[in-house]
Order: sequence, then C-alpha cells, then structure tokens
Amino acid sequence: MASILAVDDSASMRKMVTFTLKGAGYEVEEAVDGVDALTKAQTRQFDCIVTDVNMPNKDGITLIRDLRALPDYKFIPMLMLTTESSVEKKQEGKAAGATGWIVKPFDPDQLLKTLKKVLG
Amino acid sequence: MSIDMSQFHQVFFEECFEGLEAMESGLLNLDTGDIDSETINTIFRGAHSIKGGSGTFGFNEVADFTHVMETLLDEMRDGRRKVTQPAIDVLLGSVDCLRTMLASIQAEESVDSAAVEKYKTALEIELSGSSSEASTTASVTTQPLNENADSTIPEVIDEIETETDEQGWKIGFCPYLDLLKTGNDPVRMFRELAELGKYSVSVNTRDVPDFAKLDPEECNMSWALEVVGDIPLNDIQEIFNWVEGDCELDIQPLAKKAPKKAAPVAKQAEPESLAPSVEIESPKPALVAVPKEIISPPPKAEVQQSADNDPAKTGAKAASTIRVDTTKIDTLINMVGEVVITQSMLSLIGENFSMDKLPHLKRGLSQLERHIRDMQQSVMNIRMVPISFVFSRFPRLVHDISSKLGKKIDLKLIGESTEVDKAVVELISDPIVHLIRNSLDHGIEMPSDRVAAGKPETGTIELNAYHRGGHIVIEITDDGRGLDRNKLIKKAAEKGLIDENSPLTDKQAYELIFLPGFSTAESITDISGRGVGMDVVRRNIQSLGGNIEIISEYGKGTTISIHLPLTLAIIDGQSVAVGDEIYIVPLVSIKESINITENVLNKLAGKNETYKLRNQYIPVVRMHELFNVPANEKSNPGEGVIVVVERQGILCGLFVDELLGPQQVVVKSLETNYRRVQGVSGATILGDGSVALILDIPGLVRFSNRKPSTSFKPQESRNDSRSYH
Repeated sequence: MASILAVDDSASMRKMVTFTLKGAGYEVEEAVDGVDALTKAQTRQFDCIVTDVNMPNKDGITLIRDLRALPDYKFIPMLMLTTESSVEKKQEGKAAGATGWIVKPFDPDQLLKTLKKVLG
Repeated sequence: MSIDMSQFHQVFFEECFEGLEAMESGLLNLDTGDIDSETINTIFRGAHSIKGGSGTFGFNEVADFTHVMETLLDEMRDGRRKVTQPAIDVLLGSVDCLRTMLASIQAEESVDSAAVEKYKTALEIELSGSSSEASTTASVTTQPLNENADSTIPEVIDEIETETDEQGWKIGFCPYLDLLKTGNDPVRMFRELAELGKYSVSVNTRDVPDFAKLDPEECNMSWALEVVGDIPLNDIQEIFNWVEGDCELDIQPLAKKAPKKAAPVAKQAEPESLAPSVEIESPKPALVAVPKEIISPPPKAEVQQSADNDPAKTGAKAASTIRVDTTKIDTLINMVGEVVITQSMLSLIGENFSMDKLPHLKRGLSQLERHIRDMQQSVMNIRMVPISFVFSRFPRLVHDISSKLGKKIDLKLIGESTEVDKAVVELISDPIVHLIRNSLDHGIEMPSDRVAAGKPETGTIELNAYHRGGHIVIEITDDGRGLDRNKLIKKAAEKGLIDENSPLTDKQAYELIFLPGFSTAESITDISGRGVGMDVVRRNIQSLGGNIEIISEYGKGTTISIHLPLTLAIIDGQSVAVGDEIYIVPLVSIKESINITENVLNKLAGKNETYKLRNQYIPVVRMHELFNVPANEKSNPGEGVIVVVERQGILCGLFVDELLGPQQVVVKSLETNYRRVQGVSGATILGDGSVALILDIPGLVRFSNRKPSTSFKPQESRNDSRSYH
C-alpha cells in the first residue's frame, strides 16, 4: 500500500489525517513541520506528501519546493492543506510544484477521495 | 467511511489553548507601530490553526470567529494595516473570548453567543475602520471562498443544470511541457473522467519529438476527450482543477448547437434537438422537466441528523493531562528494558539456586536497585514541567493591571525553563499571582512619584526561578517603594497584633505582613489589599513544605522569595530509631548529627534542655518523651544522637537513639488516611511493610522554641501510629 507523509504542526489535524489514512490502509508517517518532513522524506521514499501550509520553521510551500528539487520526489504527488481564503497561496504552491490541494475544513471522506485521485 | 471525529477533540482543545497562550504572549510583545514579522506570524499561525481545526472538527462558531481575527492579523502581517493599541486590545479581548468559547464547548455547555457577537463586532469594526486599502482587501479575502467558482462560473453552472440533457462534454486537453513536474498525471485524470461516464480518448502525438530528442520528463502529447453522460460541468472542472494554468483546456458541451441562452421553455418543447448524438444512453427528458422544488428541498431528516451528531456532545471531558518531552519517555522505556533484563537474569538464578550463586544474586539485586532508582527518577521527571506554565500568564496580568492603575511596568521573566513538579506548579500559581498583584498595586509607585524619587518612570518587576539544592526558588523583585518598617510596626500595633515597643529586627517587622488581618493598603482596591492575602499566601506555601521570605529596602524595592520542594511525592529522608519506632527526618532540614551522652545537656531553670553546639545553645527535644515511646532493652537511655535540624535559620536538636540510614521515602498523607497529627507531616511505608512517621520539622522547631509552659500535646503517640498499620 502507498506510503504517505503527513505534515502539520497541529497535532489534532495530524492525528485526524493519520487516523483517516491508516484506516483506509495507507501507511502513514507524521512530521511536525517542514524541516522535520524534509529530513523524513530523505530517509525513505514516500508515495505522496500531504502538507499543511502555515507551519513554523519551514512552511509547506517551501517544503514542496525543496522536495521537488530532490530527484526522488520529482514526480511524487504533493498535496497542500489550505484554507479557502488563501487564493494566492494556492498559486504560490503550484508555482512551487504542488500537485494539488485540499481545502480546509475537510472531512475524512474528502481527504480519501482526493488521495485516491493521486494515488489510485 | 465514517470516522468518529470526537476522538480528536481533546487534542484539538489542548492545542487551541496552547495556541491562544502563544497568541496572547505574542500580542503582549507586539510593539505598536513597529511590526516584528516573526511575532505577528506566530500570532497569525495561532489563529489560523484554530480556524482550520475548528472547521474540520465541526465547531463552526469558533471557525467563523477566528476567521475574522485571522483576516485582521493577515493584514497586519502583510503590512497593509498598522498595529495599533486599540487593535491589540480588541485582539486580546478576542483571545479571551475564544478561550471562554472553547472552554464552554469542551465542557459541553452552550456558548455565550452575546459575548461572542460583541467581540466579533468589535473585530469587524476594527477591520472596517482605518486604512482604505484595508477595506478593499477585507472584501477580497472574504469573498472568494472557492476561487474556482469565481463570479462567472456559478452562472454557467446554473444554466447547464437546467440543460442537463446536454449529455456530455468534449474536452481538449493540451498540457504544457512541465505538467508532470507538479506530480499531476494525465492518466489519473482520465481515469477519473472514466468514472463519471462513458468516455473516449484520442491522443495527439504530433508534437512528440524524435526519440533521440525526447525528454521523458516532459509532456509532449495532447488529448481530445469525450465524456458522455449526465454530468455537471463542475465535476469535469474539478478534475482539471489542479492543472489549471499548466495546460490549455477547452471544455465544450457535446451538443452541436450550444443553446446556452435557450429559454427553459424551449428546452421542454424540443428535447430531441438538444440530444443530438446517437451515443446518448439515457436522455432522461422527464428528469429535466421536473420542477425545481422537488429537487431542491433539503431533506429535513438530514438536518436533524447533523444536529444529533453535534460533536460537542461526544466531546471528552477535560481530563488533567500533562505534556511530556518524548526524550523523557524514551529514557523511561530504556530503563524499563533494563529492569526487565535484570529481572530475567534474577529469575534464572532463582530457578536453580545453589549457594555458590549467591554473589551473582547479590550483584543482580544491586543492579536491580540501581535501575529502579533510575527509573524512579525518570518517572518523577515526567511530572516535572517548566515553571513557564505559571509564568506565561503574568505578562497579560501585568499588562492589564498596570494599564488599569496607570502605572508603567516592565516585567522580566528569568529562568522560565526551570522544572518543577506539576502538582507544585498548580498550587503555587495563585500565591504568585497574589504577590505580583501586591507588587503592582503597593510596590511600584505612580510614574510621577517615581520620577520625583529619582527613579526611572517605568517600574520593573522581575520574576526569577532557579533550583537550589532540592528546592526551587522563585523570587519576585520590584524596584518600588519598599516596605516601611515603622509604618508596619505602627499598623500592627494599632491592630493589636503586637506591642508597639517590642524590639523587632527588620526581618521580623517585614514578616508582620504575613499576620492574619494585616493590610497596609491605605485604600482597599479591587486588585489587592483585602487584608486576607499574605497570611493565606504564606499558609499555602507552607502547606507545600516551602517557606517565604521578604527582603526589602525602604524606597528601593522589595524581594519576596519562595522556596519550595521540587516534588511533593518523594523526599530524601534519614531514618532514626526511637525505642522500637522508626521516624523519618527530611534530609534537607538536617544540619548535622552528633553522638552524645545525656550529661552534656544543660537543663536551665525554667527553660528547656539545651545543648551547646559550638558557641550556640540550641533547644533539645527528646523524641522518647515527645512521642511517648518507651526505651527498649537495646538502647541506653543515657546515650544517643542529637540530630540538629534547621528551619528558617532557627536550630533545634532532636534527641534520638540512633541513626539508621538515609533513604528515599514516598510521602503518604496522614490527613487523608487518618487525621492531622502534631509534630508529624506524613507517613511512609518501610521496606518491611511497617509504617514510619515523617517528622514535621517546622512544627518541631517551633515547639522546641516555645515557652516551657506551652504544652505540645503529643496526643498521637505510637499507639495511634500502630493503629494506622
């Protein structure tokens, strides 16, 4: 089953995402911010990255840009969790190489549906 | 797949309260006019996370409220809005409001919507006020809730929906070369399309270069797709949502005529003309004709259900939790591993024991002892939390009170990372609040008075925490007016608490403020000075096994220091024998122990027995007499050990039979299990299962310095302690 790296500085969101994805049979690892995620992504290969945008240390968009620069993550789907109000963020995220986004608030079903879209 | 979201609520609430704290301290640190981007980012992130989480977990009122805060903060962050004091005040108020809101939700109570509305309005006023650019951006940020459904699209959808007999879409999809580099894959998109209806695809490979020139990372193909079926445009658009801007996309209805502007009337009349293709599987003209009302009414049952699923209902009750650094847990787990290894080693020895294995057994046991001691330390460590848990709320307190009093105060926090037992943290919080209020109200002078006294206009209050020995010391220092010795004595005399002419040292004079019923405030304010304060503070601190001291210089300032044990659960003790009984003396209070014979004790007329310790006579308490323990045959009543204990600089000797050895003891409360006993602060259970009483050193020191006539009622003698077994 596909492995997913879930990045969010909010423990509750992270838990929710992890729980949902694990429940659907995905293998999930958590990271608390962009720096943590980048380290984890380099120790092993993930099939998909799901990241929050607003995070301390390294935000989600920088994370995506950094990951895209790695050969192993050139074509890996990367989704950002974003709020509806940040239109520019979406554009910024796309420019950084994000595959797509999930608009907050979302429910577990939406999350799974979106992931299915990139992982199948 | 349905997931019970309530399981995440507890974490969410904790996170929110943490976030609110961070926001609050950030707001307090924010200098008006000058924007520190990191600080404001932290505040913004706090609001942002709460908004995101509350939306996801279904607390919409919280999400709505934080949305307004977030918008305001976003503008401040981008520099579109000036940071003004009123704005900060409104935001601080909103933080409070949010905290109350979350607390109510957590407690499954209804939210005080009037208060929420009040702050929301205040925020909105703040938002709509000030700079003109701000107002435009405000409307921008609130409007495009879904940027794809921008103004033109909803209309289109409307029209399409009334023309569902379009029966399909023709899509021209021509990705730019870099499409693949965003992780999007046309194959996956086509697969999604296939799920919507019957679809066909044809690929155009005209632009694919020669194999030699081919870059496999580029997308050189384009596609023409057709999806047939009763599919809303929105669904198609959603699939291509993410690649917008990375491709040329052309979505056209399959219909040969594109009768977009055709009136609904016409549509009913000639449905055939709108369904041109032979591929059509289900024209469903009947459905088209169905009047809107039948489709549109939202099923009431569903609404009802969502109300039933109110997440607050299942929300967890506020449990007392503690956040622990994971390294602490890891250490503990390591430790447990060691213990398990040692245990299995021991059981191996025990399985087939012979005397020659005795050294092994001993070694194993001493190893086990070491591991368990380490483990105990690690477990205690888990309960240790940084004192910042208490300190973090003071900047707000000082901010609020000083602005109320019209004083200028700079609060300095030092040693916030000093760790202390969680139980201690919870209990000292209130006393410290009281002391800070006192400093603010009585200590620091009004700015004009300060200037007149040649001091800087802004007063300073310093909170300092550090470890010393087995204690944590918390100092509250202000550079205010200090305590007036004469005024204190006069006041105490007026109240009949002391005799006006009694000779008091400075220290004793300052300690007058700890007497019940003593208050020096000329007028009682709502901040402090109801005269019930300081004695309660001292009592609370003493009940924690700590003490409180005052150092003050008139005109210069006051320092109040609180000494507290690091933990309340385990103490280092010295066990001493008195007849057949064993008592525990807390190790921290022991200065020294001396072997003596009875005849070195001096019995002075009208006074108690004393012992001459170097140049000082110290009172002696005979433990046999105090606790009414008969001598046993082993002990020689004329010989024994003087254990010199100290309490706030006052010494006293405890005359016991012998010292047995130091040991860590787990303190059990006598009061909860039995009742309060004078001279005893608690009890513990020894290795052999018997109970030993822990001596109350402050009580004993006070008792030893009594006037001889005072009777200390040793009513709880060994018989009682036995009955406790």
